[in-house]
Amino acid sequence: MAAIVTLQTGTGFWNPLAWCIAFAIALVFAYLIWMLGEKDPGKGGDLVRPYLSGNPEPEKSAVHLRGGNLYWGFTEALHGYYSRVTPLHSGILTDYLLWFLGVIAVVLIMVGVLA
Amino acid sequence: MIPAFILQHAPALLLCVPMLGAFATPLLGRLGAGIRNAWALLAMLATLCVAGILTSEVLANGTLIYTFGAAAPSFAVPLDSGGIPIRIIFAVDAMGAFMALSASIVGTAVLLYSIASQKKNSGQDGYYGLLLLLTVGILGMVCTGDLFNFFVFLEINSLAGAALVAYRVDKGVAVEAGLKYAVLSTLGGLLVLFAIALLYGQYDALNIAMIASRMQFTLLDKVALVMLLVALAMKAGSVPMHFWTPDAYSMAPSAITAFLVVASQASLYGVFRVVFSLYGLALDCLTVGWIIIILGVLSMFVGVTMAIPQKDVKRLMAYHAVSQTGYMLLGVGVALAVLGNQDLLAAYGNIAMQGGIFHIINHAMYKGLLFLTAGAIFYRTGTRNLNRLGGLGHSMKWTMIFFIIGALAIAGIPPFNGFASKLMIYESVFLFNPLLSIIAMVVSILTLASFVKVFHSIFMGPALPEYAEVREAPLPMLIGMGILALMVILFGVFPQQVVDILVAPAAAALTDQGGYIASVLGGA
Amino acid sequence: MLYDLPFLAAALLMVIGIATMLLRRNLIKVVMGLSLVEAGVNLLLVALGYRGGGIAPIFTNAPQDLMVLPTVQAMTLTNIVIGIATTALMLSFVMVIYRRYGTADADAVRRLRG
Repeated sequence: MAAIVTLQTGTGFWNPLAWCIAFAIALVFAYLIWMLGEKDPGKGGDLVRPYLSGNPEPEKSAVHLRGGNLYWGFTEALHGYYSRVTPLHSGILTDYLLWFLGVIAVVLIMVGVLA
Repeated sequence: MIPAFILQHAPALLLCVPMLGAFATPLLGRLGAGIRNAWALLAMLATLCVAGILTSEVLANGTLIYTFGAAAPSFAVPLDSGGIPIRIIFAVDAMGAFMALSASIVGTAVLLYSIASQKKNSGQDGYYGLLLLLTVGILGMVCTGDLFNFFVFLEINSLAGAALVAYRVDKGVAVEAGLKYAVLSTLGGLLVLFAIALLYGQYDALNIAMIASRMQFTLLDKVALVMLLVALAMKAGSVPMHFWTPDAYSMAPSAITAFLVVASQASLYGVFRVVFSLYGLALDCLTVGWIIIILGVLSMFVGVTMAIPQKDVKRLMAYHAVSQTGYMLLGVGVALAVLGNQDLLAAYGNIAMQGGIFHIINHAMYKGLLFLTAGAIFYRTGTRNLNRLGGLGHSMKWTMIFFIIGALAIAGIPPFNGFASKLMIYESVFLFNPLLSIIAMVVSILTLASFVKVFHSIFMGPALPEYAEVREAPLPMLIGMGILALMVILFGVFPQQVVDILVAPAAAALTDQGGYIASVLGGA
Repeated sequence: MLYDLPFLAAALLMVIGIATMLLRRNLIKVVMGLSLVEAGVNLLLVALGYRGGGIAPIFTNAPQDLMVLPTVQAMTLTNIVIGIATTALMLSFVMVIYRRYGTADADAVRRLRG
């Protein structure tokens, strides 16, 4: 069984079954740890309320971090790259055509037709 | 048992069935929506069956030749033609069968999904007709052994695709995307035809095997190569000709987007067919291989970096489609670069090739799945904007599970299928050039990062009041997604079987140009 | 030289078509440029099929059995039909865009970008 599912990659191998078994064992441990916890926290009370150092809980929609806020630092750090690449996606049809024909010209040179 | 008639005419039936389905759909639409949907589904399921039969035939008996209009399908070269195969010939080898099977699996899932997602829309007759016509275009491209025939199916593919992209006008924005797609792919198609004309003028043949056997690699052949290579790479969406991809993919109906991924892959197949079967060792393999590798690396990197800041979930996924196409180009490009050298080919070229081809089918499955989940979210919430979505994990649990499967597969996390093919690419490309392999790994990490963003902003967080009414996606949509998710898991847990049964024969069929020529021309 | 004229004309048509597509900003004219490229390719195909002194493959009253194989003519006809379909589709796209956006200028039709 183990030999059947092993993927040979030339220099190495990969066995998803071993990985799955390891994952299942990890899940069992996670379940055991979860079992140690409080069985029924009840409907109200301190156990189910978010802990916010005593501050009042804000509105639900104010808590959610929206998609646009993620990776702000990443794009800011790579500002030099993004400020050059994003404007290339100008949305203008003739620009797209120019890129297409430009690549044809470059590849013509690389293959050795021109030059 | 399968009747001999179907076995004998499987390559023709593979096109006849969806074409009949396509043109009969508007007629049956007059009888009622239920009948039409059942008809379209039946046509697609029949296509899937024929593709399955064809694949098993090809894998058991080798390349299948089907000559249209001949006394018997295997009479490729008429006796009085002077050795030139003048008829249209379908030459289905393991690679073509592989593509046809993967396309019809995705097609079936997409059609099931469409039955639910298009329920409330108008103009469904044309929608299903065009969807089946797009299937015809894709299957024709991957099965034909004739260059002009390839062009015709390429145009069917482009036309049906552009019409479907623009189908839901959406205040004209979808039409803008459709126009860009149509103009670029038509110009690409005309350049392909120009290249075919150059080849026909020199070799008096349109058959790929015939031209390959006479290939001189003159100056005109080089021009034809560049036209074919760049135009088809543009249709496959490789950087820096990918600009239409995010536009078209984000504005098409979600089910169509999942299928457009397959339509692009048919063009990618065209690139591989041209460089391996049409030109083969006549090429300057190292140069052309590096051109493909450069296109691949650019696609991977620019695709993923442009995906990260996107706010429209489908546009983000479209940039990832560009990025994943880069992996396929990288793997196959490395194999092409070492094509002339048997030692290097055995050492890592074949594995790179298999990784690239394995990635094609994996990509079709998980990317299709991801676009379908995005469509389910749009269907229930009416928005694709990541800044507005949130907390849907509370109400759309199945969609969330399918999304997680797709996202982990595209990021190359074990045990899903994306990991298996990426591992093959990493290890083999590392032997060719370590830097390329490292770039591929970094791109994979960035892919994971941007899908964490999507997952967080759509499914995580508290249940938002504006989406209190949102329920789970309807059952046909879940079944469509479920089929693809199942394939993702199966391919991930049994990668070696898939490689042995489907991928390795496909890779071998591409690298063995002599075998391809001999199978059509009868060893002459 | 005289026999090369059709090829030169075809190349000229294609170059004019591509230049129109790149230099004109009106989307209708971009589609017209595309039609010119298509005409150029068609002319190239037909020119390739010319055989000096060849006999048209019309079997009734053919003077001899040896006739020209009409492959390129068939290809050209197919491409003309495909060309009509694509041109009609693209022109209708431009019509819808003009109606919704109020312009058919390629520089203005760019709501999808970035």
